[in-house]
Amino acid sequence: MRKVAIYGKGGIGKSTTTQNTVAGLVEMGRKVMVVGCDPKADSTRLLLGGLAQKSVLDTLREEGEDVELEDIRKKGYGGTWCVESGGPEPGVGCAGRGIITSINMLESLGAYEESEELDYAFYDVLGDVVCGGFAMPIRDGKAQEIYIVCSGEMMAMYAANNISKGITKFAQSGDVRLGGLICNSRKVDNEKEMIEKFAERLGTQMIYFVPRDNDVQRAEINRQTVIEWKPDAPQANEYRGLAKAIDENDNFVIPTPLEIEELEELLMEFGLMN
Amino acid sequence: MATAEKKMVRLDPTDVKAELLKKYPPKVARKRAKQILINEALENGTPEITANVRTIPGIITMRGCTYAGCKGVIMGPTRDIVNLVHGPIGCSFYAWLTRRNQTDAGEDGENYMNYCFSTDMQDSDIIFGGEKKLAKAIQEIYDLMHPKSITVFATCPVGLIGDDIHTVAKNMKEKLGDCNVFAFSCEGYKGVSQSAGHHIANNQIFRHLIGENDEPREGKYRINLLGEYNIGGDGFEIDRIFKKCGITCLATFSGNSTYDQFATAHQADLNAVMCHRSINYVADMLETKFGIPWIKVNFIGAHATAKSLRKIAAYFEDQELIDRVEEVIREEMPEVEKALADVRPRTEGKTAMLFVGGSRAHHYQELFRELGMKTISAGYEFAHRDDYEGRHVLPTLKVDADSRNIEEIEVEPDEKRFRPRKSEEELKALEAEGLKFKEYRGLIPEMEENTLVIDDLNQYEAEKLVELMQPDIFCAGIKEKFSIQKLGVPMKQLHSYDSGGPYAGFKGAVNFYHEIDRLVNSRVWGYMKAPWQENPQLSAAYVWE
Repeated sequence: MRKVAIYGKGGIGKSTTTQNTVAGLVEMGRKVMVVGCDPKADSTRLLLGGLAQKSVLDTLREEGEDVELEDIRKKGYGGTWCVESGGPEPGVGCAGRGIITSINMLESLGAYEESEELDYAFYDVLGDVVCGGFAMPIRDGKAQEIYIVCSGEMMAMYAANNISKGITKFAQSGDVRLGGLICNSRKVDNEKEMIEKFAERLGTQMIYFVPRDNDVQRAEINRQTVIEWKPDAPQANEYRGLAKAIDENDNFVIPTPLEIEELEELLMEFGLMN
Repeated sequence: MATAEKKMVRLDPTDVKAELLKKYPPKVARKRAKQILINEALENGTPEITANVRTIPGIITMRGCTYAGCKGVIMGPTRDIVNLVHGPIGCSFYAWLTRRNQTDAGEDGENYMNYCFSTDMQDSDIIFGGEKKLAKAIQEIYDLMHPKSITVFATCPVGLIGDDIHTVAKNMKEKLGDCNVFAFSCEGYKGVSQSAGHHIANNQIFRHLIGENDEPREGKYRINLLGEYNIGGDGFEIDRIFKKCGITCLATFSGNSTYDQFATAHQADLNAVMCHRSINYVADMLETKFGIPWIKVNFIGAHATAKSLRKIAAYFEDQELIDRVEEVIREEMPEVEKALADVRPRTEGKTAMLFVGGSRAHHYQELFRELGMKTISAGYEFAHRDDYEGRHVLPTLKVDADSRNIEEIEVEPDEKRFRPRKSEEELKALEAEGLKFKEYRGLIPEMEENTLVIDDLNQYEAEKLVELMQPDIFCAGIKEKFSIQKLGVPMKQLHSYDSGGPYAGFKGAVNFYHEIDRLVNSRVWGYMKAPWQENPQLSAAYVWE
């Protein structure tokens, strides 16, 4: 089983990209589990056809310690297992601690056991690595490969660089590696070239360039992935392409994060090219 | 015997200091050197010591945490205020009588000291926040006990997850109507020692409690006793003496205290401060807001007790009280002197070390002096420079990130209730006669030359110090107790008094003389080593050789 974590700046499209990619992997016959690590619990909406999932932490709170695996995971599109970690409402408690608790819970309940015959476990993690809890998926043997969703916008690249720093830290003590950058296009000037260059500087690759297409939003309104909603749409093929790239990927590195000055130089170079 | 042998070596204090520092890496040694001071007379006052700074990581300190200082020390001894610990159950060990502060339930019978209240936070409370659980716990206490007041203590995780305990307390106070609910942001990690917790506790008592009750309290000579925590019944003995003298103690902060004592404390005419460290700022605020002057007192030691009583009598400038105090001293002293005459021949010339608190390491030197014993080394766990060198250093104290972390209340004279108890001229006249207000000279001037003053002593230094200087008794807390005793030196706890006390006042002094006699003259310490450790091994040979 490959354990994959998707990180990236808040609002960049991690959840959307993850679910659409998972739909692509499912088409290829892969067995996947998606674990949403976001207190909003909206990482599996497109696979489940709505916010129908009761989160691990809510279940834990209501049922006490007596929780069954079936209480916290639900079957979604193409037999995908969907889990939402959940967490406190904004402004109270500790969401990071929540993620630690729910991942431990999943492990102790055997969600990753070989008998489950999973090909992939995907962690979809909230925003930046703000505290220890949000780093949980990349700590000691949880996720081994990380993909960072970014765009050519400066803050997205800045976040990607920061996440790389986190990976570098944990890569030294564990086996977590960066698998590449997924460019979720915002139609920035020279975006593809810039992210390719950025990836190269980080010591990794731009694994896929996902063009901007409003079919993604249309599918979302219908609570579906693009592949499910309109299998013949051009954007569906893009996600199939990303799924294939991840499935065939064998380029895993310890990233070499950039200094802030280097990052800004990169932006200047590509931003001023026209 | 072992004791006879160990007297042979007496090291120079400079050598002792060098020896203590020898084991440290250079940077640590440099820092510690500033906290280890050889007491010497300087032309312009006392030598300077570094105090109230962070303990260097890696050092096993004797200090406690902010929560322990707030909950355990200041609020622990109050009897009719329910103390609710908001945190994991482990922290709540300190929610229960661990310091041996005693109380009597009084006529009303209200006493919650022997109960332990905790919100018992679980994993899910950390994740989802503990505010609802806290509100529920407050309600539960109110329904069960109907106390006048409930106070809430923050433990470390509460600070990390950001539970708004003050808003919860405020809302519950409004909801309950007849119960004063307030909270302390006393997370353990705040500040450099438990001293921060004392400040946080006292500030909130001042803000939420003092002056809440204007119902007149009767008494001819009304005082408050600040910084007396009734360990082992010290407060009871002091109360007995006050009563005998005709002095009315409106409030003790906070030994055997009650809600109403705090609430009416602003009616007193004098504040007598015992532990300068934990409470001098409350005395200052009481003076600014209500016009009550303060003097430093010490009821540890029979002569110190007599001196303190005379100071109080002098303040009231009333011949009746002055005469009564002299009469009481005359009545009490014979018993003290009788005990001393018996004990002193056996204690004379012996040596002591004191590493405790923010005032005890100073106050208890009085008792040892009465026993003819010399304090060869002493220091505080959590005191600040003014407790070592005297209050004159206060304006020169540096404000750093840690002290800024602890809130300071700005106080103004109370519009209606500010009433200077003495005019400027009266205070000046009293000062001219020798009664000093707002004065504390600190520990260093009280100690003999060439003694060692050490701030924030640690496990390693304590053992090394005992090994090098071989005191006849070592006084500190429970954490040091057994490691010192293993070295063959008697150890007396001056936080909890082991199971003894009271040691304050006249009767307390007598108790202490007997206790120290028992400890320093016990033969048991000579048997600390097994015979084969003391004497050369038996040697033998096979007969056929």
